[in-house]
Amino acid sequence: MKNSYKNQNIAFFLLFLSTLLIVVPVGLIVLVIIQKGLPAINWQFLSDMPRQGMRAGGIFPAIIGTVYLVVGAIMFALPIGLLSAIYLSEYSKDDLLTRLIKLAIVNLAGVPSVVYGLFGLALFVVFFKFGVSILSGSLTLGIMILPVIITTSREALESVPQSFREVSLSLGASKWQTIRHIVLPNAIPGILTGTILGLGRAAGETAPILFTVAAFYLPRLPKSVFDQAMALPYHLYVISTQVPNVDEKIRYGTAFVLLTLVLFMNLVAIIIRYKFRKKKKW
Amino acid sequence: MPKITTKNLNLWYGGFHALKGVNSDFEVNKITAIIGPSGCGKSTLLRVFNRMNDLIEGVRMSGEVLIDDANILDSRADLVALRKKVGMVFQRPNPFPLSVYENIVFGEKIHGRGSSGDKLDEIVEKSLKDVLLWDELKDRLNHPALMLSLEQRQRLCIARLIAVRPDVLLMDEPCSALDPQATARVEELMRELKNKYTIIIVTHNMQQAARVSDDTGFMLLGELIEFGKTDIIFTAPEDKRTEDYITGRYG
Repeated sequence: MKNSYKNQNIAFFLLFLSTLLIVVPVGLIVLVIIQKGLPAINWQFLSDMPRQGMRAGGIFPAIIGTVYLVVGAIMFALPIGLLSAIYLSEYSKDDLLTRLIKLAIVNLAGVPSVVYGLFGLALFVVFFKFGVSILSGSLTLGIMILPVIITTSREALESVPQSFREVSLSLGASKWQTIRHIVLPNAIPGILTGTILGLGRAAGETAPILFTVAAFYLPRLPKSVFDQAMALPYHLYVISTQVPNVDEKIRYGTAFVLLTLVLFMNLVAIIIRYKFRKKKKW
Repeated sequence: MPKITTKNLNLWYGGFHALKGVNSDFEVNKITAIIGPSGCGKSTLLRVFNRMNDLIEGVRMSGEVLIDDANILDSRADLVALRKKVGMVFQRPNPFPLSVYENIVFGEKIHGRGSSGDKLDEIVEKSLKDVLLWDELKDRLNHPALMLSLEQRQRLCIARLIAVRPDVLLMDEPCSALDPQATARVEELMRELKNKYTIIIVTHNMQQAARVSDDTGFMLLGELIEFGKTDIIFTAPEDKRTEDYITGRYG
């Protein structure tokens, strides 16, 4: 008897320790970045162009570039992702085609991000002749986050109780009216959460933008979607490995801005989900 | 003339023969109860009348179901129009997670009758009065419907249905989630409503069928065994199986 209690305690301890180990790296990363990056943050750093071969000045064009890319990616991925999620959850029958689509989505999620980069180069930059541009980069990022958006949107749609659909149909609503007035409004928080998680992912990735949009250094801000742009993750890579003698402060400052941006988006997603769970009563 | 007539109605779920040659007539301004043990097909029969069975994959039907002399099993039947005319109250009270007011005007909105604010207010008031909820809820129209008690929710669902102005009310065990007092009050409401509607109620509570209905049908294993006046079914049934069921020998 005694022995089994002892084993139980050991098991608990090991399980708890493993869980604790997850927290440690996250905490350390955040801590180090804050400690080394925070001193670099001031208004000038956020709003100024890089100077002296990126060894001084600010990172404004990289921030702007990342914002453009993220907005572009979402403008492409959200409509397509949401519409296909609606198709999969509300219309499709469980046949070969549907299973094929679902398999494709799972595989799309598993493609390494550098492969997306190469694909974007081949399709958007070269084939469609969009050039190395914000448009090509946005589309590439958009395809990368499609699986996240489709999967979370589908889960959100499917979590709307079947009885809501039945009632709506029984009151003489058409299928589309039911989706439009009953299913979608109740799924929006879940869809939003997935979208923001996708945004965070798009903001942080380097490989997909490497060949499709990112510029080493631009003396001016992009003027159209066919311009190249700087972006935070790539900028961080450049000043960390490609440009010698960049002050540590600037590197960690850039990392701090990128991390804050992504964590902030995740936080927003968490808050939305939390509020929604509290409100939900069925 | 009966409001609804079924002629040799058969229904299959895939290979399962769920309704077998059902012939019946449902009269206007009467409450018809369909009773029988679980799985006998009574809910299936009810869901034929607004074609809700169509939502299930692999359902096939044969025979005729006439509502106002039109065969609703016809492949050209307009389901939206049918469901406006034949509304349903479900077993679990299921208001939308919206306010009381929005729940009631839902039908008006989707049917695009384009009513003005005043007209909508009028519909809400009238529908709530019809289900005897107006006095309780008139100051809480903007409260979420999911905050109401179960009985209030079920009444609200009936009000939401009435607002669509149907002719027929299908009720699928509408009181099974309610306590006895609430059940009695909802039954009272049904008696009130039958002056305006054709009501068909599915119940496995025989006392309820005896209390509220004018006609009763007894179903067993997909067959309509006996159909007639409620007092006759419950006092002098013709079929031995009906008698066995209502005297509690099985079910």
